[in-house]
Amino acid sequence: MSTPNPAIESAPATGRWERFRDSYLLYSFKRDLVAQASLLIFVVLVAAAVLAPWLAPMNPYDLAQIDILASELPPFWIDGSESAYPMGTDAQGRDLLSTILYGARVSLIIGFGAVALQATLGVVCGLLAGYLGGRIDAFLMRLADIQLSFSTLMVAIVVGALVKAIFGGATFSTYAVPLLVLIIGLAEWPQYARTVRASVLAEKSKEYVDAARTMGLSSRRIMFRHILPNTLSPIFVISTVQVANAIISEAALSFLGLGMPETHPSLGSLIKSGFDYLQSGSWWITLIPGAVLVLLVLVINLLGDWLRDVLNPRLYKG
Amino acid sequence: MSLLEVNNLDVRFALRRGEVKALRDVCFTLDRGERLGIVGESGAGKSVAAFSLLNLIAKPGYIAGGSVRFDGQELTGMSDRALRRIRGHRISMIFQDPMMTLNPVLTIGEQMVECLKAHRRIARREARAIALRKLEQVQIPSPEARLDQYPHELSGGMRQRVIIAIALLLDPDIIIADEPTTALDVTIQAEIMALLLELCEKHNVGLILITHDLGVVSQVTQRMLVMYAGRVIEQGPTREIINDPQHPYTQGLMNALPQMATPGERLNQIPGSMPSLDNLPSGCAFHPRCGFAQRADGSERPACCTQVPGFVTSGNCQVACHMVAEMIERERIPAEETTR
Amino acid sequence: MIAFLVKRLFHALLVMFVISVIAFAIQDNLGDPIQQMVGQSVPESEREALREELGLNDPFLVQYLRFAANAAQLDFGYSYVFNQPTTEVIARHLPATLELVAAATFLIVVLSVPIGVYSAIKPRAWLSRCFMGVSIVGISIPVFLTAIVLIQLFAIGVSWAPFPADTAWGAWLNDLITTEGGMPAYGRGNPVHVFGTWYTNFASLDGLLYLVLPAISLASIMLPLFIRLIRAEMLEVLQSEYVKFARAKGLRLRRIYFLHALKNTMLPVITVGGVQIGTLVAYTILTETVFQWPGMGLMFLDAIERSDIPLIVTYLMIVGLIFVITNTLVDLIYGLVNPTVKLTGKPA
Repeated sequence: MSTPNPAIESAPATGRWERFRDSYLLYSFKRDLVAQASLLIFVVLVAAAVLAPWLAPMNPYDLAQIDILASELPPFWIDGSESAYPMGTDAQGRDLLSTILYGARVSLIIGFGAVALQATLGVVCGLLAGYLGGRIDAFLMRLADIQLSFSTLMVAIVVGALVKAIFGGATFSTYAVPLLVLIIGLAEWPQYARTVRASVLAEKSKEYVDAARTMGLSSRRIMFRHILPNTLSPIFVISTVQVANAIISEAALSFLGLGMPETHPSLGSLIKSGFDYLQSGSWWITLIPGAVLVLLVLVINLLGDWLRDVLNPRLYKG
Repeated sequence: MSLLEVNNLDVRFALRRGEVKALRDVCFTLDRGERLGIVGESGAGKSVAAFSLLNLIAKPGYIAGGSVRFDGQELTGMSDRALRRIRGHRISMIFQDPMMTLNPVLTIGEQMVECLKAHRRIARREARAIALRKLEQVQIPSPEARLDQYPHELSGGMRQRVIIAIALLLDPDIIIADEPTTALDVTIQAEIMALLLELCEKHNVGLILITHDLGVVSQVTQRMLVMYAGRVIEQGPTREIINDPQHPYTQGLMNALPQMATPGERLNQIPGSMPSLDNLPSGCAFHPRCGFAQRADGSERPACCTQVPGFVTSGNCQVACHMVAEMIERERIPAEETTR
Repeated sequence: MIAFLVKRLFHALLVMFVISVIAFAIQDNLGDPIQQMVGQSVPESEREALREELGLNDPFLVQYLRFAANAAQLDFGYSYVFNQPTTEVIARHLPATLELVAAATFLIVVLSVPIGVYSAIKPRAWLSRCFMGVSIVGISIPVFLTAIVLIQLFAIGVSWAPFPADTAWGAWLNDLITTEGGMPAYGRGNPVHVFGTWYTNFASLDGLLYLVLPAISLASIMLPLFIRLIRAEMLEVLQSEYVKFARAKGLRLRRIYFLHALKNTMLPVITVGGVQIGTLVAYTILTETVFQWPGMGLMFLDAIERSDIPLIVTYLMIVGLIFVITNTLVDLIYGLVNPTVKLTGKPA
């Protein structure tokens, strides 16, 4: 499969970029202010999160930098704030801006990691089920049905709780990031599997697949080189929604104490740790990370909406 | 005065990339009990014409001008409330695909009774009785049982019979049938068409039959219009047009019929395809495909590509074509010279 | 219809079987009843004897069958923490959760149908655009954050004056964004006893007040989804031939929208939506945590915290049962509403 196909390599050499430039995707993006603004905000947020170690005024993981006396300071627009902490500080005296930047980083890593895992699992299962049919199809789809008939959140919570019970709290905290990726990835693969299967079934009935089969191509080659490319647009569309979902799931798990520890917080655990101080009036500890979380998820969802309108794939309903 | 008079009807679709003129300058009349065929390729505007009569075109589309007079009333610009009293009551419609036309979650009886109740103050029981009578008229086996069945329990042909029965429910003056047999099995098509014809004759109902099937038009209708790219290009008595088509496009259509070709030879296609409505050629929309517009030396006849042809009368027909106009002109001048 | 029912029932049993295997595996691997029954000082030989006596050394299959037989009689053993049969503990917490879900479902159904239908009928109206905009924001807010914001706004109260207070419009705007607070946001208040373990919040004004914020939070997660779903389905249905034909028949718009179109819209909404209502139970874990609502979700988290394995297992089985029942009910309702189901056994 690594041998370059001359037909594919040479023909569009004139214009992958040209094709993109003339595409409807770009055309509609240029006309859609919401999509542009969303992408801009998304890029800024991701860049800020990725560059957190360089951008953040302090390192929240470094206990030496924390000044416990400076705890619960309000953000800059409220009396009593200190200029060193523009967004205020949390109950432990950590600079809120820094923790948010680092927290967004953790949330994004888990979100994208989990989606990569679910996509891999789901696409493989969906392709197998849709292309091979028969017992494999029945088994995988029944499994997906059962899992989906529970809420994915429920599955994530239960699996999270079990994993935590098995490993114990301390070990769980150490390996929280990969474990959360695993938990959320396992909880949501059926979404992909069903979408991919539906579009595989639609593609399979088309003539080019028959043609490929009569040419004697192997099943694997037909699946990955011929059918998969045609199912990409629904995969692409649900991926955006799934990243948003994964980030929310991570936040929910962290909020329940089944996710990132407070020493290594994600946006979800920041909200959780701030929640206890809501009654004492320090609303910013929980609501500012909350606002960042909402903004992040919102722009991803808006981009997903726009993509769905433009690509208009057949999505699996239900 | 005719029962239905359509004058200069203009329909446009306001799309994001600009307005598309789907129907331009459409004029025709229909007398009581008369049967009119509208013929053309798909995309020529036949269905738009049918739907615009009752102002049923979907949202981006709207009637931009012209008039539709029915029984002395102007239908364009009429309020939806007033139009509702005509729709299904005095003018009813039959749609193309019977599999899609009936609501899948309501029983046949419900869908018939609601139509009666929308137009008459009538008791349910009475409405059911009328519905039953109409189902009998369309020769559905065991009509009584059908009333409580759902559409999916009926075959395509039976569903189209039900739809015809619905169209006849309130004894309308006109039925507009939009390709009523295209979606059906070939074996059933003739049956349904014969039934429709019989019922229209029996009850003296006017019929506007939209189709691309010239055979059906010649058997069923008395007059016909030929449409091309949103315009009527030829109209007149069906027999005359079928026997002696004047417009090069109509001639092409007739020649393309399999029975016109000698066995073993290629069918006579019209070269090219109909232009899309948002990118019409200048002048006569047919000129890029027209043998007359192309001179032998390859140049184009200027009139054809700059001027939209007006209607000229030829026999009992009206034709919109520069060539026909020129021919008539040529015939008249020598005639005038000899009389002089 | 019978074949349909049997098929659904078989599916439900299969799902329950899978859940019970998972639940048993959890109990078998994580819960050590000996540990709970006897103290640390008991020698290993005595423990082994006890194990043998309790059948804990039996083959997996035998143990599973015993577990399943007990489970079928709703016997899941004793909670470590409460020292009561787990089913009793659950029974104490179940009504609170069900009432919360019921209130949220009520809000969702009552609001999503009219809003969804309206924004499908008038897709370009500014109000529809507003609904759509709010709904995408709603989807993006996690349920616990909605809850926190609601608490801040209506339980704690917000008083701020970002606008100039000395002008009339500034004062008015300041007034508009200032909230009083004072709504009850923690616990259930004093619910009225109905029978057995069932105390209800629906029977008194005070009880209803306690229900308001949790129910709105819980509804907020599904409401936008339902609005968007109903709108999308309705838009599709309004394009259909049978709606055009209904218009050609001269029917009133009201009848076309609310009978012809809505009935067809609700078919997919019932399948997708019904299942979602079931999953609300999962979201109660989050809502109950924020509002300290004494339901099953809060109990479950507590059980996890204290490693109360029998209670966790019972919760999983009961929630599994609730999911299975809602799914089966949804399928049944779908079958009743959709006439095409009866003949074929599955939607055509």
